[in-house]
Amino acid sequence: MKALVWHGKEDIRCDSVTDPKIEEPRDAIVRVTSCAICGSDLHLFHNFIPAMLPGDIVGHEMMGEVVEVGSGVEGRLRKGERIVVPFTIICGECDQCRRGNFSVCEKTNRKKHLADKAFGHTTAGLFGYTHLTGGYPGGQAQYVRVPFADATHIKVPDGLSDEQVLFLGDILPTGWQAAVQCDIQPDDTVAVWGCGPVGQMTIRSAILLGAKQVVAIDRLPERLGMAEAAGAITINFDEESVVERLNELTGGKGPEKCIDAVGLESHVSPLQPDTVYDRAKQLLMLESDRPHVLREMIYVCRPAGVISIPGVYGGLIDKFPMGLAMNKGLTFRMGQTHVNRWTDDLLRRIEDGQIDPSFVITHTARLEDGPEMYKLFRDKQDNCVKVVLKP
Amino acid sequence: MLSISNIARSEGDPKVLRSGPSSRGGTDELARALGWFSIGLGLAELLAPRQITRALGMEGKEMLVRGYGLREIGHGILSLSPDKKAGLWSRVGGDALDLATLASAYRPDNPKRGNVGIALAAVAGITLLDLVGAQGVTSRHRRTGGDHRRYRDRSGFPQGLQRARGAARQDFRVPPDMQAAPTAAALSPSGDRAASTA
Repeated sequence: MKALVWHGKEDIRCDSVTDPKIEEPRDAIVRVTSCAICGSDLHLFHNFIPAMLPGDIVGHEMMGEVVEVGSGVEGRLRKGERIVVPFTIICGECDQCRRGNFSVCEKTNRKKHLADKAFGHTTAGLFGYTHLTGGYPGGQAQYVRVPFADATHIKVPDGLSDEQVLFLGDILPTGWQAAVQCDIQPDDTVAVWGCGPVGQMTIRSAILLGAKQVVAIDRLPERLGMAEAAGAITINFDEESVVERLNELTGGKGPEKCIDAVGLESHVSPLQPDTVYDRAKQLLMLESDRPHVLREMIYVCRPAGVISIPGVYGGLIDKFPMGLAMNKGLTFRMGQTHVNRWTDDLLRRIEDGQIDPSFVITHTARLEDGPEMYKLFRDKQDNCVKVVLKP
Repeated sequence: MLSISNIARSEGDPKVLRSGPSSRGGTDELARALGWFSIGLGLAELLAPRQITRALGMEGKEMLVRGYGLREIGHGILSLSPDKKAGLWSRVGGDALDLATLASAYRPDNPKRGNVGIALAAVAGITLLDLVGAQGVTSRHRRTGGDHRRYRDRSGFPQGLQRARGAARQDFRVPPDMQAAPTAAALSPSGDRAASTA
């Protein structure tokens, strides 16, 4: 089969690879009909997240048709069924899964020994996202093996297109969880840093959850335009001060809820000297992540507010203003998404016409064009916001 | 490398049979080659400045050569990173500095004038490569598309923005483990707070 394979920094290729096989009774094989390139795939593309190996198949946003099931799936999934595959692999039965903390499932990381060493305790296995989270082959491929498939799936009705449901596997529940964990109140101002695909879903989730005003922060006109379409007030940080504008919009008090949909690769600009400092340290391997957005959020957030972090961080950060955070009494919520905790509800909202996540797709291409689409997405060319690939 | 990394895979995991074209273009590969060259040259300048100054008749300039070595390593690291454009343009700037320094040593009274001439020619050649690489990378990774598509018609709310505002408050309860600390919610209308925590 064909698959997008990581060979090194900025080196993704569409390779011919052997077909995946059922290995465990709870496995299923899915023929991928649609998959997407996620912003967090770019962290792998840039080799900022450790423990990728040449030959790893990438991709964790995918859906398709079940073509084979293992003996242990026990009727919970059948051949021919159409499913979205959540990016977090879940067993559905461990302590964490029973609590709904699916992204920290205790059983699905097959390289638990590595995660235990790196993280202290293991988290869930993830598709196509380094050997620290299991080294499972990803879904930017014609076929993907889904471990623990009896629990790791979202069944979708035939009446909805791939484009409408594909993002149930990651960015829609990620944006939803980012907003939900802010516990948005009707008089809240919610500020969202980053208007990439996760940021866009976060903005719409905050609108659905009834924020008084949602403020979207980015610098790319197409992303700010898409945010405005959902009713957000926008701030172009290349043109105005984020802190000043947020204070102006909140009567000088700052937003109650701040959401980081950027993560470890915040934009580097001489206008923001700390970003240059971070980039220099990152180049010298003295820190792995650039936390400018975290610093700005902590500074501008209203005291006793909430900081929500769906953006991916991979390792160590520097100059983290813990004193500000402590003295302001901020609450921090973060983590990979507990996808299946939200998907029944979100699927219903899609079916009811409350939200249609396909709005974010700006480019659709063949799997074979994947390497070029990685470049296009990374370089923000052709007003690209989200790429869907058709294997 | 692929066969070694396959040790980390299970039996049923797909293995690469044949590789396709890379997302790296020709100019990206040139940037990598120049990046590694920069690091190699920088290490040589840093570790063996005396041999270099002797060969060029520039004795006494060892500290300068060491400084240039550090600079070269910086160019190299940047050229190998996703910020390769900055790396290659910084190399072009470094080339100008190297050419100026060598030109100052290309004096009739320098017994190693011949070597300096060769070095000048070599640096001029590398400068050309750096220029080609820098321009190629700039062009390949330039943001394109302009302002013609702003997606201002893509709300994602099929029933309209007004109906979407607060729509989920009717039927969604924030789970207890994700509710805000009481201090954050204290000023909210009690009815809404009760609804979100029920």
